[in-house]
Amino acid sequence: MLKIKNLKAKIDGKEILKGINLEVKPGEVHAIMGPNGSGKSTLAAVLAGREIFEVTEGEVEYLGKNLLEMTPEERAKEGIFLGFQYPIEIPGVSMVNFMKTAVNEKRKYHNQEPLSAAEFLKLMREKKAVVEIDSNLTNRSVNEGFSGGEKKKNEIFQMAMLEPKLAILDETDSGLDIDALRIVANGVNKLKTPENATIVITHYQRLLDYIVPDVVHVLYQGRIVKTSGKELALELEEKGYDWIKKEVEQES
Amino acid sequence: MENQVLADINTIFIDRFKNEKSVLCEGSSELINSHREKAFEIFQKTGIPTKADERYRYITLDPVFRVDYKSYLRKRDILFNIDDVFHCDVPNLETHTILLVNGWYHDKENQLTSLPGGAVIGSFMAAAQKYPRLFEKYYGKYADPNTDGLTALNTAFAQDGIFLYVPKGVILDKSIQIINILLSDEDVMAQPRNLFILEENSQAQIVVCDHTLSSQRFLTNSVTEIAAGKNSLFDFYKIQNEHNGSVQLSSVFINQKKASNVVSGVITLHGGIIRNNIHVKLEEEYCENSTMGLYLSDKGQHVDNYTFIDHASPNCTSNELFKGVLDDYATGAFTGKILVRKDAQNTRAFQANNNILLTDDAKINTKPQLEIWADDVKCSHGATVGQLDDNALFYLRSRGINEKEARMLLMFGFTYEIMNKIKIEPLKIRISNLIEKRLRGELSRCNSCVMNCREC
Repeated sequence: MLKIKNLKAKIDGKEILKGINLEVKPGEVHAIMGPNGSGKSTLAAVLAGREIFEVTEGEVEYLGKNLLEMTPEERAKEGIFLGFQYPIEIPGVSMVNFMKTAVNEKRKYHNQEPLSAAEFLKLMREKKAVVEIDSNLTNRSVNEGFSGGEKKKNEIFQMAMLEPKLAILDETDSGLDIDALRIVANGVNKLKTPENATIVITHYQRLLDYIVPDVVHVLYQGRIVKTSGKELALELEEKGYDWIKKEVEQES
Repeated sequence: MENQVLADINTIFIDRFKNEKSVLCEGSSELINSHREKAFEIFQKTGIPTKADERYRYITLDPVFRVDYKSYLRKRDILFNIDDVFHCDVPNLETHTILLVNGWYHDKENQLTSLPGGAVIGSFMAAAQKYPRLFEKYYGKYADPNTDGLTALNTAFAQDGIFLYVPKGVILDKSIQIINILLSDEDVMAQPRNLFILEENSQAQIVVCDHTLSSQRFLTNSVTEIAAGKNSLFDFYKIQNEHNGSVQLSSVFINQKKASNVVSGVITLHGGIIRNNIHVKLEEEYCENSTMGLYLSDKGQHVDNYTFIDHASPNCTSNELFKGVLDDYATGAFTGKILVRKDAQNTRAFQANNNILLTDDAKINTKPQLEIWADDVKCSHGATVGQLDDNALFYLRSRGINEKEARMLLMFGFTYEIMNKIKIEPLKIRISNLIEKRLRGELSRCNSCVMNCREC
């Protein structure tokens, strides 16, 4: 589904990603962990098409296409979804209008008729239930005045609405209390199918109790330095990142 | 150079006044004509405002007046069927619709119309004749010709316009829609004069739509006086949608008596050069005032808003919000003066001006001016000039919304704060449709006009 080869990217002349290699297959859940500043969020943003990062080298193939040539909106319509670490507040733009535009743009792209108002509202209702989101939230402006937990739930709600093939969740667990964490994780699990894949970016092992990964990667200094099964997350939780840093230093 | 041109123009107006005074005075009441004389004397001294006047620093008025406009000092019959050329489709908005053509009240048969409860709407000229005592009490009391040359000029040349009278305790259920049409086969200058009187405990809503319906150049120099009596509620919205060859200089003077509540909003969709002067005097205690404006401009348009909120009494609240989106090489200015007089304790005065510039060539000058003489005052002001938020743009695009549409949503969202303050629901919907069309560039022809007279 997704093949990343030797991906390098920089911002303001500073290289952040220094050769990422990663392959994700349909149905898989990958966790990307790593200390602060290792490049996790940059990787997510580059995959979603954030233009402030300059890709200097490497390839990304997504469903047989060159991902790096696509605009952010094309990527989204091809099924990539980025769950933001810090969802943006957009005053004056209602959630309903936002989601309706997004869903119908995607439908248009796939040569489907736009949803009628009634169909759209029905879809909204169904998906709200998936993430246990308060009805009132969707009547408000996008993320405006939402609490941290509400913003993250709102990300998963949008994911449910857009039914992505590849979801990249950037620190979706940060700032969540245990109840919100459970709801968010449940949402992600409910949306899981054998055809879609998820990349979960996280600091802590905590989220991975709920979203069980098939593969765990450790990103450090712009490279994936370790890849293993889910037990790696537990090991990191127990021992921290220092031993990995040491391993990297010894190798170099 | 500017001053020379203006001096010449001033001479033209002065000569015109002297030569055509008898025509000017024809049909107007004695009171109007006596004000005319006084205002003319003032105009002779002040003339058209120049940049030396700090309030007019960002607008160049000399090219505005350089055109050889025709002024119709007598009502001129313009034969047209309003339904043929114009359809202002505010949905579900039940209104009394009033038509002003080139500054003259259009309906010849019914110069004054009675509304429920003894309220009256109609021609300013006719009303001045019929209601001398009301005019004695209110006319020229708020629009002081000493304010500036434009007010003096209008007062000197004022003949017709709209008159509204809502007696004590009367609530007008239906909004009043005033359609200001400019239509001629030659370049025209119009100087309509409006007087709206709301007595104690009365309520009314007025929506003014300004339109140009032919491709000629038009200059409007209007003055509107609004007397909001004790406990009255008045909503006043103005939608400016004229072609780019037009100039509109609009001065509104609002006077509020005890515990009155006035909302005024100017939505500028189109127009070559637009200057809005909004003077608000909170004369008695416990008044509330909300003054707002939205300007969407592109190409070489210039939109200039000047507001002056005078807190003359204690315990009043004023809220000002002006927002603008400027594209291409459009320019704009906002000057917001707030005066809190010495005795106006417990004043709350808030002001904000937010702008989005879509290009490097678009320009806005924004200037708050606060003059506070009382101690117990809550006052805030803020101005922002920026671009569309890149983070928000990316957020929308990352959900599959194309860049153009994402920009649209953000601009629309930016205007929402203003729209949300419009209290007449069908009007809110209508204005939001107009704004969306304007932002999408679909309002390239003057809205609802079938004449396609000029590239807007």
